Amino acid sequence: MFSRFVNSACLKRAVIPLAVSMLCITTSVSNVSGNTGSQHEVVGDIILRAGDTSLAAWKLPELPESHNDGLIALGHKLFFDTRLSLDRNRSCASCHNPALGWSDGLATARGIDGKSLARATPSLNNAAYGTIFTWDGSAATLEEQATQPVFDNDEMGLDPEELLTRLRADAGYRRMFEDLFPERAINITAISSAIAAFERTIVVNNTRFDQWVAGDTTAMTPAEVRGFGVFLDPARGSCGTCHAAPNFTDDGFHNIGLESPASENHDSGRYKIRPVKLMRGAFKTPSLRNIALTAPYFHNGAADTLTDVIDHYVDGGDKSNLSPEMKEIELSAQEKNDLIAFLYSISESPETSLQNSISVAPE
Amino acid sequence: MKTALQVVVIFSLFFTVGRLVAENLPPNISQKDKRFSMQSLTVKVGDSVTFTNDDPFFHNVFSLSPASTFDLGSYPQGESKSVTFDEAGEVHIECAIHPSMRMVIEVEE
Repeated sequence: MFSRFVNSACLKRAVIPLAVSMLCITTSVSNVSGNTGSQHEVVGDIILRAGDTSLAAWKLPELPESHNDGLIALGHKLFFDTRLSLDRNRSCASCHNPALGWSDGLATARGIDGKSLARATPSLNNAAYGTIFTWDGSAATLEEQATQPVFDNDEMGLDPEELLTRLRADAGYRRMFEDLFPERAINITAISSAIAAFERTIVVNNTRFDQWVAGDTTAMTPAEVRGFGVFLDPARGSCGTCHAAPNFTDDGFHNIGLESPASENHDSGRYKIRPVKLMRGAFKTPSLRNIALTAPYFHNGAADTLTDVIDHYVDGGDKSNLSPEMKEIELSAQEKNDLIAFLYSISESPETSLQNSISVAPE
Repeated sequence: MKTALQVVVIFSLFFTVGRLVAENLPPNISQKDKRFSMQSLTVKVGDSVTFTNDDPFFHNVFSLSPASTFDLGSYPQGESKSVTFDEAGEVHIECAIHPSMRMVIEVEE
């Protein structure tokens, strides 16, 4: 069994011989040398103890501080502006709704004229940490992603020239762009930069899990900590390989059995961008930060609840081109409940999320 | 004295043979911490390059470059895959699973 228990005193004896060390790890022993004697589960190299140094990889690094408040303000204005869509009905926030975890609460997104699109709206939470964007990785940078939906015929349907015409006609935009880019007329690169700068401010880094990693022993319940063990354990949830530290994603692509090549509306996913067999039906691993606020789940919205998500992984889905990381797993009812509890611990409370969304709402 | 000389001769022979073997081994590129151990490499036409997965999860290696198009599939920690380059040119290498893993191999005549 990969998961095991260890006494905290045992762990401080890094220099003792391996055989004794192994005895310590594989058997739960009583308190030694004045420690509390409380037992902490160990999964691989991770000790499930608040503030333990083995958790360091799960601490989100500080982002470079942006000193360009003007660019962020411009991006904020653009993000909520419906003039960025052909019919002036949709803004970026129509799909990336801050009150809905920067997603839309729908199985798949709605585009121009309310058209139902093929894929779900990815949340923008912690996009600042991403290295590749959109479900199929069609955007190499957040700047590329920022205007991709604007110019997509099915999403917002606007022509680049029409966008420039609309913004250049607005005195407020002219003033903001002139302040930021005095040498240049309003241009698409500047628009993309501004929206991306705003999106980089959407950061979730103070969940109860983050507080627990930082050392707050009261931040997570025992069930949530057990759930983290299930999450990490290759013999149980085996989630942490792809939903990796620190942002719960490997920024990689995996076929998790949601697309059957035999189905009529089969979505080949990443294969369109990288035609390699492994990528047929593969999609980007989403970050799980604030996952409790972003139902439904998966690239096609196939799972309504977190229970549905876990059941899918237990079932294994379509086996025709599964990622090699998709292992057969079995979870007890308690392990499922613990895992779901853990997923709530990496999400802000609805109250906090709502407060954050109010703080970014347009004036 | 004779024994000492024999030891020196055997050691030298062993060292020389070892070096010759090592020199003729194909370059081995490690895949570790979601990176290739080299960002660039120059080889000759007909040379092979081996990729070894040193991460505790699966990796892939592929190229869609005209000079060499291949897909080594996926393989777990500890396993290696090799590819031989039959044409000169610039070959862009990537891991399909982890697209931030990239390198370039220059294949010379």
